Amino acid sequence: MTSKPQALLNWIDERFPLTSTYKAHLAEYYAPKNFNFWYFFGSLALLVLVIQIVTGIFLVMHYKPDASLNAAGVPVAFASVEYIMRDVPGGWIIRYMHSTGASAFFVVVYLHMFRGLLYGSYRKPRELVWVFGTLIFLCLMAEAFMGYLLPWGQMSFWGAQVIVNLFAAIPVIGPDLSVFIRGDYVVSDATLNRFFAFHVIAVPLVLLGLVVAHLVALHEVGSNNPDGVEIKKKKDAKGVPLDGIPFHPYYTVKDIFGVAVFLIVFSAILFFAPEGGGYFLEFNNFIPADPLKTPPHIAPVWYFTPFYSILRAVTSDFLIIMQAGVAAIWVWSLMRAPFIGKAIATAAAVVLIPGMFFIDAKFWGVVMMGAGVVVLGFLPWLDQSPVLSIRYKGALTKTAIAIFVVAFVILGYLGVLPPTPMRNLTAQICTVIYFAFFALMPIYTKLDKTKPVPERVTWK
Amino acid sequence: MSDENKTDNGRRTLVIATAAVGGGAVAGAAVPFLASLSPSERAKAAGAPVEADISKLQPGEMMTVEWRGKPVWILRRTKEQLATLAKVKGEMADPDSARSEQPEYCKNEHRSIKEEYLVTIGICTHLGCSPSSKFQPGAEGGMTADWQGGFLCPCHGSTFDLAGRVFKNKPAPDNLPVPPHKYLADTKLLIGDDSKGA
Amino acid sequence: MKFLRAVALVALASPLVANAAGAELHLDKAPVSFENKSLQNGAKLFVNYCLNCHGASFLRYNRLKDIGLTEDQIRDNLMFTADKVGEQMKVAIRADEAKAWFGATPPDLTVIARARASEFGSGADWLYTYLRSFYRDEKRPTGWNNTVFANVGMPHVLWELQGEQVARFAEKDDGSGNKTKHFEGFEVVKAGKMEKAEYDQNVADLVSFIVWMGEPAQQTRKQIGVVVIAVLSLLALVAFALKKAYWKDVH
Repeated sequence: MTSKPQALLNWIDERFPLTSTYKAHLAEYYAPKNFNFWYFFGSLALLVLVIQIVTGIFLVMHYKPDASLNAAGVPVAFASVEYIMRDVPGGWIIRYMHSTGASAFFVVVYLHMFRGLLYGSYRKPRELVWVFGTLIFLCLMAEAFMGYLLPWGQMSFWGAQVIVNLFAAIPVIGPDLSVFIRGDYVVSDATLNRFFAFHVIAVPLVLLGLVVAHLVALHEVGSNNPDGVEIKKKKDAKGVPLDGIPFHPYYTVKDIFGVAVFLIVFSAILFFAPEGGGYFLEFNNFIPADPLKTPPHIAPVWYFTPFYSILRAVTSDFLIIMQAGVAAIWVWSLMRAPFIGKAIATAAAVVLIPGMFFIDAKFWGVVMMGAGVVVLGFLPWLDQSPVLSIRYKGALTKTAIAIFVVAFVILGYLGVLPPTPMRNLTAQICTVIYFAFFALMPIYTKLDKTKPVPERVTWK
Repeated sequence: MSDENKTDNGRRTLVIATAAVGGGAVAGAAVPFLASLSPSERAKAAGAPVEADISKLQPGEMMTVEWRGKPVWILRRTKEQLATLAKVKGEMADPDSARSEQPEYCKNEHRSIKEEYLVTIGICTHLGCSPSSKFQPGAEGGMTADWQGGFLCPCHGSTFDLAGRVFKNKPAPDNLPVPPHKYLADTKLLIGDDSKGA
Repeated sequence: MKFLRAVALVALASPLVANAAGAELHLDKAPVSFENKSLQNGAKLFVNYCLNCHGASFLRYNRLKDIGLTEDQIRDNLMFTADKVGEQMKVAIRADEAKAWFGATPPDLTVIARARASEFGSGADWLYTYLRSFYRDEKRPTGWNNTVFANVGMPHVLWELQGEQVARFAEKDDGSGNKTKHFEGFEVVKAGKMEKAEYDQNVADLVSFIVWMGEPAQQTRKQIGVVVIAVLSLLALVAFALKKAYWKDVH
């Protein structure tokens, strides 16, 4: 005799892999037992994704993507946000959850990525987990950028104006392409409507697909850990990794605690400082979009500023440094790389070095900004260290990561400030550091003196 | 799996406690979302009471005002029209408006504050169509020979008398609702508000 | 961990090094008060002096119930630009006329306190300083100028209350021969209906109202926040105990 719930479960299992899915991904998914603080941010990113989707659905019920002016002379889209903030019961909470959530998303994702960098989570066999992650990051940037246009404030408008104009830097097709993206000669109602469509359905759909791929790939190969030790190498008689514990209940209860702590911080911002000092909701964005008047100082939202700084750093003088960089990689590849590497590097050098003489710096700034994100995806192949985790890497790698982090933060900080010659020089130095960190990685990770890695994970 | 069997009492208590606090938190978080579905301040402002000037309304005429997006009829009934109410009473589904919707002060023979003026929401209680006026008695108006005047719903054929009462054996279950209203002056009506003050 | 701490320290300190001073704007700290008395006085001033030219088109008159007014008080004393108490605070003049008079359409003021915040101070500070910094300048078409908002299009609408003042400027040499005008202070040339302290208090009330209007739910927000954080702290506490209870098996 089987009990009734058991019978129902059997009925379902014969038709749908419910129990087996539960086991594969929760009850019998063995995660290393030595996860530390840094391992909260993956599940927190998932939580923020859910918050953004749920709040987004409710915001769409009241928001109007319409750039035309209402009777009081205010753009309808701008007014509809204030309508949510004032007239819709509970609307302000939902809106602040969404705006705070956008920044929170980047906070947890940046920390999640930094965790991967620290512990070599991108290394074999987790290359695809990392590549999917990079694509998620790209998608997230697109999502945030298009969402930022929707309140139709001054920063929304001029931010979109500047970023869409980046595409105009592409030779030959650029100017037409930027008109095509906007659907108008300026950022207008047409732009607002298409960004709305992309923000609420197109990009989230891709994002969700990528998140599933990210998790499926992760659960296929298993999680890395702060020691970078492969737990599947040591298993007990039943085939359970000796250093592994079932995700459920151990990491579910741990993550619930993490979620609670995160939500305390999240609520503190939401209820006591929703503007985040002007970094989460920019002050100028409380002025309705005015196509005839640019605010004296425009800066992107904080999470874009490192890449925005890279964009600004690329001036015509800077191109020489970039040409030297490309040449150096080329020469190095001729000496050390396999044939395929030589071929690629030669082709790149032949195109890029003369290209930088003929096409102006504006275009290369865009290229560098894009490259700044894309290069992350190549990390699995750039890191040549015999060990995964920072714990067993030598001083060389540690120094490199430290300098990289400092350069990245400085770039981010400079991105919110108006440019001055001094700041521009600083940004250029940091841009060089940013790319050198990746370009030189195959060299310094090989030269580095690593420490011996233990057989089992270190615990307590 | 053996770990689950070992679930001791301390753990069970904590699981329940966490579930309770977590459940409470989720329920609390749901409040603004559910609240956001109810009418906004804009909808409430649009649904505010409306004034109607009935000074120009002649006996036998009807005017329509909009309140909360619905048609509100104001019909000034003639002596003859009022007389028909008693005649058709036997054919009514709810002749005394016992189960229909109207303020207490309109729960009377003529379903109104002043005998002459019927104020009613022109929405059929069946499925929400707006009935058409059929004031002409007899077969000439396209109705039956014994028709005394009233309203006909074009959607499913429900008929109402001149007090908005529904005839028996028709799809509509109830009489046409009477909205809360009051007279600000002799010929000035306020629809949607019947409070004594203000 | 030592390594991480060192990195974090340097990363956080680096912006301080990169910081450099820009153009300074000195703002007085606005004594904002959310007492109903201040907000009601501010509402009265706003309706009488601001709403003629500026709208507050996201605020409904009946929201003023939140600052302790009854519907009748609102209708009788404050509602000059609408028929129904549920309507928004629309501007009295037409936008095209305003543009013809002032050269620009006066902006909607509902969220102005939020928009005027900057690295120099809150939006309230800006407004408080701005409304006290009008001075006589015959070169301007309106006869007024402002030290916070140079060559502003708006005349000093509160001049009857404040009186008239002129600004004293000193020429300053920045060392390389460039002379810049440097603001030294105001001089009252004609007294207004109010003493300085009284005027400042009224401006503070007006600014308080404008801040309140920027986000009428801001006080409620903080109250709810306290409850939310209390509940979440409890959740964190129980969840931590739960985690401990499970993790004692992990050896």
